[in-house]
Amino acid sequence: MTASVKRFAVRLNTKKDCVNMTHGSGGRAMAQLIEELFVKHFDNHLLRQANDQAGFDIEAGRMVMSVDGHVISPLFFPGGDIGSLSVHGTVNDVAMSGARPLYLSVGFILEEGYPLASLEKIVISMARAAREAEVPVITGDTKVVEKGKGDGVFITTTGIGVVPRGINISGDLARPGDAILINGSIGDHGVAIMSSRENLEFETTIESDSAALHTLVAAMVRETPRIHCLRDPTRGGLATTLNELAQQSAVGMNIREQDIPVKPAVSAACELLGLDPLYVANEGKLVCICPAEDAGQILDTMHAHPLGKDAAIIGEVIEDQHGFVQMQTSFGGSRIVDWLAGEQLPRIC
Amino acid sequence: MKYVDEFRQQSLAKKLSAAIKNEAAPERRYNLMEFCGGHTHAIFRYGIHELVPANVTFVHGPGCPVCILPIGRIDNAIQLAVDHEVILCTYGDMLRVPASGRKSLLKVKAEGADIRMVYSTQDALRIAQQNPDRQVVFFAIGFETTTPPSAVAIKQAKAMGLRNFRVFCNHVLTPAAIQNILESPEVRDIGSVSIDGFFGPSHVSSIIGSRPYEFFAEEFQRPVVIAGFEPLDVMQSTLMLIRQLNQGRHQVENEYTRVVSRDGNLKAQALVAEVFELRRRFEWRGLGLVPYSALQIKQPYADFDAEKFFDISSIAASDVKGCACPSILRGAKNPTDCKLFGRVCTPENPMGSCMVSSEGACAAYWSYGRFRNTGKFSARKNLESVA
Repeated sequence: MTASVKRFAVRLNTKKDCVNMTHGSGGRAMAQLIEELFVKHFDNHLLRQANDQAGFDIEAGRMVMSVDGHVISPLFFPGGDIGSLSVHGTVNDVAMSGARPLYLSVGFILEEGYPLASLEKIVISMARAAREAEVPVITGDTKVVEKGKGDGVFITTTGIGVVPRGINISGDLARPGDAILINGSIGDHGVAIMSSRENLEFETTIESDSAALHTLVAAMVRETPRIHCLRDPTRGGLATTLNELAQQSAVGMNIREQDIPVKPAVSAACELLGLDPLYVANEGKLVCICPAEDAGQILDTMHAHPLGKDAAIIGEVIEDQHGFVQMQTSFGGSRIVDWLAGEQLPRIC
Repeated sequence: MKYVDEFRQQSLAKKLSAAIKNEAAPERRYNLMEFCGGHTHAIFRYGIHELVPANVTFVHGPGCPVCILPIGRIDNAIQLAVDHEVILCTYGDMLRVPASGRKSLLKVKAEGADIRMVYSTQDALRIAQQNPDRQVVFFAIGFETTTPPSAVAIKQAKAMGLRNFRVFCNHVLTPAAIQNILESPEVRDIGSVSIDGFFGPSHVSSIIGSRPYEFFAEEFQRPVVIAGFEPLDVMQSTLMLIRQLNQGRHQVENEYTRVVSRDGNLKAQALVAEVFELRRRFEWRGLGLVPYSALQIKQPYADFDAEKFFDISSIAASDVKGCACPSILRGAKNPTDCKLFGRVCTPENPMGSCMVSSEGACAAYWSYGRFRNTGKFSARKNLESVA
């Protein structure tokens, strides 16, 4: 790297400077931004080759690939930021096939005028998340849009991974009788984000659950290869994910409200805002559907992992030509848990 | 969650369920109207239907502030945002309500109108302070519960000398609407809608107290029980209504004593009386023109009245053809009686207001799935329409 540092007479001032149009123009300024910000923090030998693509060998087997765009507001929130989120989100999407995630690529869309100091904070957080997950960022792209045409930073990440032999996990494999599990409490991420929105600031101790779930998934599929479905209930929350799986598998589901873990602070915030935690986003949760006889073992495996210590069996798959998700309410009645319609909006009265 | 979980206990629900079964005479029907959308929401969300005998029916009333606003008023709000280019501040629930010409606030926002979702009147005031060279209008809707905050905002705006803040006032009054329902020919003369008793509003009554209901409990000989919004409140109130009916009583009883008193919140009432006065009449979706059923801004605060400041004329707009919202709001029809329900009208694509707000009867029916017992809808169709 010493040779390249000399290419720029003055170092990038990440403390004072802002993103400008030249950072996306393909010229020297862009090269400097890439080298002194992105390569510096993401540092790995594939990225350092500085090609327009990354080349790597791969073991034989079924590969999976997934892409995720991140356009969140605010960019920093309790428990994470857009950087860590963009790593976790894609690692999780790859892992939900049972695959071991291998590499990430990243596309930055930066808005003119965005402080380089904030950008560096995001990149450092992203690099840390990638390092901790052991899934390196090996290629990337940077574009700059004029002021007013972006929202600070948009990040798109793509991930690839390889599925271990004998694993067949897909959203259409849920069968009547299967058990439905979740690895912990729901709604933490959505409430953490809402608590830091400009027009809705309220104090809460809740932090986003944003986390890379692939090591948990690896432990689960190692112990119990017969898992039918895995999915991370992100936008739209648990309710939407269960409806997606029910529709894909043409089955119904029956869940029990009292078995679904919700932190008291999350239910209090939802109560206050008139929201339903079932529809609030998560970033470190997974829904697992497996044969009933495997449920106990999977639950034990989840409990033994730090990201699954609050795991619970929350219901079962049933035959239902309607494809409905039903819930036994804690109150003793029952109701349908529908898809999220539009955005969840606070109630008035 | 302390102070909330206590009102959602399954063990108590079971006991109340048994008590209601015990009290309800099998040979008669009990048609109980919950005026408020909050009650409708609780009934569906907690599955209270299943905890009462089949001859106890919940009739859903017009108490959803989003649902009862006539289309013309939403057209007016769009006019303010588009033609007068104001910053229109609105509660989130209003965004998706269909206006004339397949428009909605959400759609005109996408087309460039400056519409901001706010959580309180204070947000709107702040926006006015931050944008001194723009006109900022707060789209005020709601029953007696949301009126005091609007009064506070207007008084604050006056005290701060804000010259760019206006309120588009659509505040409505509950007792007038209940009386209107009881006087409607469907209830009184034809008897096609039978309403044996009322769940009185919970939050509204915390402001106005229980006294205002005494007149029509007596006049129309229907019992009223002021009920909290928690599911145990609804069940306890159901039991109290059935008891009154069985004993031939028609009194105002208060189940929600932890919040509601006979006189209500006198300070809030005084505040509202200082800033607002009765409108001679106001159009309600479903009920038509109801005399003295809404509020307008008083003369000393006329500067803050968007209707006086801007040239917005009243717009007579009609509902989508076939939409049964008006009858549903009067309790004369069930959502499943509507031809559009679940076919072209769903929460993703609402044709009528009752499908928009989570407090609306249609949205509650759709989202929580009572309709599937009717056998009217095939699962495939439902899935296709949500996909």
